[in-house]
Amino acid sequence: MTIFEKPHSLVDIPLHYCPGCTHGIIHRLVAEVIDELGIEGTAVGIAPVGCAVMAYDYFACDMIEAAHGRAPAIATGVKRADPSHIVFTYQGDGDLASIGTAEIVHAAARNENITVIFINNAIYGMTGGQMAPTSLVGQVTQTSPYGRDPKLCGYPVRVCEMLSELEGPEYLARVTVNSVANVRKAKKAIKKAFQNQIDGKGFSLVEVLSACPTNWGMTPEKALEWIDTAMIPYYPLGVYKDRSAESEAKA
Amino acid sequence: MADKVLMKGNEAIAEAAIMAGCRHYFGYPITPQTEIAAYMAKRMPKIGGTFLQAESEIAAINMVYGASAAGVRAMTSSSSPGISLKSEGISYIAGSDLPAVIVNAQRGGPGLGGIQPSQSDYFQATRGGGHGDYHMIVLTPASVQEMAELTIHAFDLADEYRMPVMILADGTIGQMMEPVSFDFDIKPAPEKPWATVGTGMKRPHNVVNSLYLNPAELEQNNFDRFKRYEIIAEKETMYEEFMTDDADIVLAAFGIAARVSRNAVLAARKEGIKAGLIRPITVWPFPKAPFAKAADHCSSIISVELSMGQMIEDVKLACECRVPVTLCNRVGGMIPTPNQILDAIRAAAKGGK
Repeated sequence: MTIFEKPHSLVDIPLHYCPGCTHGIIHRLVAEVIDELGIEGTAVGIAPVGCAVMAYDYFACDMIEAAHGRAPAIATGVKRADPSHIVFTYQGDGDLASIGTAEIVHAAARNENITVIFINNAIYGMTGGQMAPTSLVGQVTQTSPYGRDPKLCGYPVRVCEMLSELEGPEYLARVTVNSVANVRKAKKAIKKAFQNQIDGKGFSLVEVLSACPTNWGMTPEKALEWIDTAMIPYYPLGVYKDRSAESEAKA
Repeated sequence: MADKVLMKGNEAIAEAAIMAGCRHYFGYPITPQTEIAAYMAKRMPKIGGTFLQAESEIAAINMVYGASAAGVRAMTSSSSPGISLKSEGISYIAGSDLPAVIVNAQRGGPGLGGIQPSQSDYFQATRGGGHGDYHMIVLTPASVQEMAELTIHAFDLADEYRMPVMILADGTIGQMMEPVSFDFDIKPAPEKPWATVGTGMKRPHNVVNSLYLNPAELEQNNFDRFKRYEIIAEKETMYEEFMTDDADIVLAAFGIAARVSRNAVLAARKEGIKAGLIRPITVWPFPKAPFAKAADHCSSIISVELSMGQMIEDVKLACECRVPVTLCNRVGGMIPTPNQILDAIRAAAKGGK
């Protein structure tokens, strides 16, 4: 009896992520969902610029590498070319919430029938730990060495809350993967975000609060704790929009 | 549609794109190319195609990138400032070896510039525009008929060589109306086994990508692409010669500048000056051969441009500076008159042999 195995839609090669980084868990969750929904053969994934830039090597479905922040526009092109493709983007916070804000906002506004996996680890990881649009107030990074000062650089962007003001999107949820229970909840949200696309419901985004021990300067264990103590208070977990559930509740 | 129809140049591009099998157009409004978007917005929904007004030129070119990666014929159009914004995406399209057709109805610059016709994006178009070593095939229509013909040709070239092809038009040809025949033989698009259309669980995954972290691999990738460029230069260079056989003064001009130059050549001939015209139709690859040949017998070449002198550099390279090459130009949306060009021909003839 098989107790545990690699998802089929994850390529069997070592990932390049740092020890304690939670990208690996999130890749696995996405791959498990792709397997369970039987969509590997029709899926097209869009990788970002950032730590997940090489995600195109890790997912076994067809993959496209995007310019920084442009993944939702590319996903739009793929989806419009053939709506039977199951299209997802996998983007970090610099990619989605800074340089790619126009693309994500308008893909959501159009209710583009795609799935977005948004990794929020409050830092630019790939370039070595600079301040992200989601870095917390007071957070020390390479480009905020005295701590993020809202007088100089404003406040961190809450993407789910911001997009929930739009009429367009179908589903917006924030989850994390810092405990077994949270990993299970995260998987449920990711599965729903893909199922929504299969059902033609429209734009679904799952924001995953993710740990970056390397650039936060913490042990992996401390980093998981920091998600609880520092991130979740500013980025509360939960469902920010679920249009189908809302209209069912009204009916 | 064997009969001719009266059409604006921009509309001819749009209709020809549809005939070529393009069902995916992504654009953003900008003068003077908006007729293309308006035409697509009307026609695409009626033929099962997609017209999508993107949130920006950046998004529009990336939608083209996605659609093209998914194996369909896709295009976008814009005008100079918008092409600057698209340049990031064009570089990625070139780096990922994707086909795409991009129209630039040029207007005067730099910056916001103006909305009147120009050819001042020649450097941007022929040198790539975005970052990195790459080229686009650049086609320069000089009539509404050519707007249609070269659009169909652009889709074939883009698919054959897997690269971006630009139609470098200008506000004049985009806006003016002329009779067009759409009696074209349309070749079917080639198979695209590289496209990201889903593995169907039948093959290893396809990856559309321009990232090569291994420098040796990236070098080889560049070498391979430039090998392809050599083939293109050999096989796809297009130009037209007008009265150059015995010409003493040879004009170099493309697009709207070539039409005005043609009149100036005829006027000069009436005065007994042996003038001729070489009209590049592809400006990348640049037609070097006719200029090299002209330099054997002419006394000077005049580059007629709606820019501060951009194509003139390619003309000088092509004739290896064996004859003097001078510039006759207007910029900022102004267009030279046949008389201005005729004066330049007269001056060159006096200063010549």
